Amino acid sequence: MSTAVVTARPPSPGRPRTATGRRRLAVLAVLLGALLVTIVLSVAIGAKPVPLNDVWHALTGPTGTENDIVVRSLRIPRTAVGVLAGIALGVAGALMQGHTRNPLADPGLLGVTQGAAFAMVLSIMVLGVTSLYGYIWFGLAGALLASVGVFALGMAGGRGAPTPVTLALAGTAVSAFLYALTSALVLMDQQAMDVFRFWQAGSIAGRDPDVVWQVLPFVAAGLVLAMVNAPGLNALSLGEDVARALGQNVTLTRTVGVTAITLLSGASVAACGALAFLGLMVPHLARPLSGPDHRWLLPYSGLIGAAALLGADVVGRMVARPGELEVGVVLALIGAPFFVALVRRRKPVRL
Amino acid sequence: MTSPPVRLAHERPLRAGSASWLLRVRSVVVALILLAAAVLLMALGMRIGDIPMSVPEVFQAITGDGSNHFVVMELRLPRALTGVLVGAALALAGAITQAIARNPLASPDILGVTTGSSVAVVAAIVAAGSTAGGASGALASVGIPLTALLGGLAGALAVYLLAWRKGLDGYRLVLVGIGVSAVFTNVKYWLLTVGDVTDSSRAMVWISGSLNGRGWEHVVPVALALAVLIPPALVGTRSLGALRFGDDTVTGLGIRMNLARGLMILAAVLLAAVATAAAGPIAFVALAAPQIALRLAGVAQPPLVVSALAGAVLTAAADLAARTLFSPAELPVGVVTAVLGAPYLIYLLIRVRRKGRS
Repeated sequence: MSTAVVTARPPSPGRPRTATGRRRLAVLAVLLGALLVTIVLSVAIGAKPVPLNDVWHALTGPTGTENDIVVRSLRIPRTAVGVLAGIALGVAGALMQGHTRNPLADPGLLGVTQGAAFAMVLSIMVLGVTSLYGYIWFGLAGALLASVGVFALGMAGGRGAPTPVTLALAGTAVSAFLYALTSALVLMDQQAMDVFRFWQAGSIAGRDPDVVWQVLPFVAAGLVLAMVNAPGLNALSLGEDVARALGQNVTLTRTVGVTAITLLSGASVAACGALAFLGLMVPHLARPLSGPDHRWLLPYSGLIGAAALLGADVVGRMVARPGELEVGVVLALIGAPFFVALVRRRKPVRL
Repeated sequence: MTSPPVRLAHERPLRAGSASWLLRVRSVVVALILLAAAVLLMALGMRIGDIPMSVPEVFQAITGDGSNHFVVMELRLPRALTGVLVGAALALAGAITQAIARNPLASPDILGVTTGSSVAVVAAIVAAGSTAGGASGALASVGIPLTALLGGLAGALAVYLLAWRKGLDGYRLVLVGIGVSAVFTNVKYWLLTVGDVTDSSRAMVWISGSLNGRGWEHVVPVALALAVLIPPALVGTRSLGALRFGDDTVTGLGIRMNLARGLMILAAVLLAAVATAAAGPIAFVALAAPQIALRLAGVAQPPLVVSALAGAVLTAAADLAARTLFSPAELPVGVVTAVLGAPYLIYLLIRVRRKGRS
């Protein structure tokens, strides 16, 4: 953990580099391997365990056996949604922490999730939107407004980037505000309540296979923008003035960053609801492996995010048999002690 | 604590045995105005219902004659009283917490009390729904408040222990509180998905903070808690005044700092937990009322009695708004306080930051 403090500083010529090119590729390969393992576990483990050769059978030549149907219509969509959302939240968290230079930044803590939630509930109840294709746009708009709002509030009244406490409290305030509006809407309509409660808990279970294809373009666009944003973000981490002196267009870099964060977190919220703490934890796990370079931090965070989300989902399926614990709850139970540990450290983390 | 014999013209000493306070004329005037406002808002709130009444009719019904005596005394007065007492208790809890954390942003909302209560109550409602056929009868009148009280205490204890590290740092306390609250919130959402949808709706109303259907059984515990806890809290303000100066000064002043602090936190937690048990978590009253009181009274730290009265006024006004804005539909009062309180928290944040810069 303490390495995060060191490596998060801009690299200076005197300090030995933590990762060479070859090592970085090796780490990338290991993370890919870990993700593959969790994908296999996620497809094989569940209320009904499926042996690995049956999984293979379902993938290569399905003949309509019970296991084939379970794998193809339940497990694979669920796993695919998990991979997409995990990558999206991991990268979004790393981008947020980079842009705010704030170790506590996370889409859930900063109100982005509740922004998307409010806009989506509003579109469902007031405009009668029924399909994910319809309301994902509202979710993205809500996420964008909330993220811009929280940053603006965190910046207001002070000079430069907001402190972790200011940003966390601004996020809490915006979340509470939007949550109150959402619950006022939901309380007037029991049907909306029934949808909302499942959505608020955060889950990747029981997703329609179409969800994957509907969310994929948004995540893909967000990832492309994130990688485009990485070099600019590296320059920004030296401070806005230095970045400007290096010829960076700071406004453009910020705009691309916020757009990427919105696409990634908005898409994941639309697909699986509120998943707290994943975006917070993942960059802290990735940073000791990658160093401060966002060109490596972002892909590492994406892979770790997907593996962590699937891992938490598998754990949730195993601990509460025959039922299951929503992945959002498992993530909160793991994430909150992580958050408390971050806060309790003697020296506050600086980014 | 020997203070120099400097006294301002508008301050009057008030002595009771060995204890003494400085009474400020402005604080007393503000307190009286707030008290009048609270009574007026209560009266206005009591007009509303299936049988609409005028304010004079409400007073007539209270004093005895008239056919509305039962409606007012058994239904409307307890609801109105629960509102102002809960508001006062929350505000008092907030005033104590803010003085101890030396941070205007601290409140029992953030420190795990209200979220702890919420989780415990949702768990009780959901469990009762599947085993005892619904949350009603004895469980609703005794079990739910008790569950809320215990949940609130457990939540606060968790936050306090996790934030403790060779002492309590105000900011660490707030951040740990946010983390612990997030877990409780997620567990609460999960419990809502486990339950039957009607139980979940009922739980949802409760966790939004509502005064609907409150009776004397809700009034009495809050009134008792206030009666028991206000006197020691007032005595404790003397040590709170010293706590504001920072650990070194406090130790120098010879006050057993951590003991004083611990007892005051316990009082704040009890007040907040009892209030939450009666009406659910009514958001942001504990945060906003002490800050409003501090500005009205023109003093440096939240004045306890004025804060309590400000909390009563705030809650009564919010409930009135919740019942009339979307009439005939009624919102839970907590939705209104959250919608109004969150922008206020943001305003506070900006102010604190401005001050930090200069």
